[in-house]
Amino acid sequence: MSTVNYVGQALKNLFSKPATCKYPFEPREFPERTRGHVENDMDKCVLCGLCQMRCPTGAITVDKKEQTWAIRPFSCIQCRSCVDNCPKKCLSMDRQYQEPGERKIEKKFDLSDSQKEALAAQAKAAAEKAAAAKAAMEAKKKAEEEAAAKAAEAGDTAGAAEAPKE
Amino acid sequence: MSSRSVIPFGPQHPVLPEPIHLDLVLEDEKVVEAVPSIGFVHRGLESLVTKKDFKEMVYVAERICGICSFGHGFGYCDAVEHIMDIQVTERANYLRTILFELSRMHSHILWLGLMADAFGFENLFMDTWRIREKVLDMLEAATGGRVIFSILDVGGLRKDIPDDMLKGFLPVLKDIEKELAVDIRTFLNDGAVKSRLCGVGVLSAEEVENLGCCGPFLRGSGVKRDSRKLGYAAYDDIDFDIVTSTDCDTYGRTYVRANEILQSIRIIRQAVEKIPAGEVMVPVKGFPNGEHMTRLEQPRGEACYYVKANGTKFLERMRVRTPTFANIPALTQTLQGCELADVPILVVAIDPCISCTER
Ligand code: SF4
Ligand code: SF4
Repeated sequence: MSTVNYVGQALKNLFSKPATCKYPFEPREFPERTRGHVENDMDKCVLCGLCQMRCPTGAITVDKKEQTWAIRPFSCIQCRSCVDNCPKKCLSMDRQYQEPGERKIEKKFDLSDSQKEALAAQAKAAAEKAAAAKAAMEAKKKAEEEAAAKAAEAGDTAGAAEAPKE
Repeated sequence: MSSRSVIPFGPQHPVLPEPIHLDLVLEDEKVVEAVPSIGFVHRGLESLVTKKDFKEMVYVAERICGICSFGHGFGYCDAVEHIMDIQVTERANYLRTILFELSRMHSHILWLGLMADAFGFENLFMDTWRIREKVLDMLEAATGGRVIFSILDVGGLRKDIPDDMLKGFLPVLKDIEKELAVDIRTFLNDGAVKSRLCGVGVLSAEEVENLGCCGPFLRGSGVKRDSRKLGYAAYDDIDFDIVTSTDCDTYGRTYVRANEILQSIRIIRQAVEKIPAGEVMVPVKGFPNGEHMTRLEQPRGEACYYVKANGTKFLERMRVRTPTFANIPALTQTLQGCELADVPILVVAIDPCISCTER
């Protein structure tokens, strides 16, 4: 029981290197899993809206008409739910923390031109496919109708043919 | 015969990490009565269950408190898993135990620092918090967050922690143990420190039982009770001691918390050694229906999580009984008859977490 118990440690602290790092000159190294802020690669996003649906704070807005993807970084709680649920894996968690700001802003991103074209081409292809499928359906329906009509006709004639027999 | 005066203490006070208000009725330097009032940081998180998907609610539960964040997330997940009859995998249970103990360590080291600050030993305060930083670094490497981990989910963990990372923690723990030994020795043996802690806020074992206390505060008065012995997560397979002290004063409470850090290190070592391989997440289908009450030992004491579900994706009711809530009656009891200069020490002694209490 002595009052000088801590003196050794205190002296050591006095002469050793500071425990803190000299922040602006010596940037912090983040470990690999640090959740800093969400980034979106607009070259790959297909605006499916899954991230918006899975965000617990509603920080993400996907506008399919305008082809934009927006995030309100000050509402985001860095939970990583959107990143884990993105089917195209275009969302990623950057390790650097979100920069402070004066106002709660919304960051809006336009779809990249190449992706816009790709999506348009996809939509066109899908529309064509749908149209083709519809045409095929109609043709099939028509054929069935015709077949039914023929069968009915045949039935009639068969009936007519049978009738005298009775 | 002296006249009485009332001194308002808090909600903003240098010693308080969080807002609680006490009206101290003084007679000279002696406190004769303390009337607490809380409600400065009420956020209505419990009623949010009726508006948030039960899976999204994990994030809300984690944010009830910044220090026992893991404990809250765990309590909520455990209750929902019981309702849905989900068996969490062995590996997830072990990882949960390891993370739980790491967060207990950082909470207790934080408390030691706050205590040193309360009795005016700034150097010791800085040193404990320097050591705490290492625990936070481990947590950040494992989960991606320093205090809010977002790794828990109903059904297990959202991410596995690789074995070599866990093995890498062991030397760090050894370092922490070594460095902490100096600080713990100062807390428990230093004459000046002891003069501030011994005989302050004495409550006998019977009194703490009657006041319904929990956690290190209870064990500091010699009651051997720890909810971890109920055997949730992987605590069943792990050997650890319940630290108690028969001093019944603030020194006893410091003794318990300091030694619990060492027990946590022991638990983590065993868990890292025994951890089985396998998945960390089981698929969760459907919605919960039913009710459950989970008891678990958070750093500050026993917390109870009550969850009632009705078969839709929104829960019907959630109620959290936090440890600080149980310890506030003991706080007002110990404050009666103490010296004004001891008030900060007594307030810190229950390890108040007001945000938890008010939810
Ligand atoms: S989930 Fe991914 S692909 Fe879908 S809208 Fe969001 S960022 Fe784009
Ligand atoms: S990290 Fe979480 S809160 Fe942030 S945008 Fe993604 S889902 Fe929303």
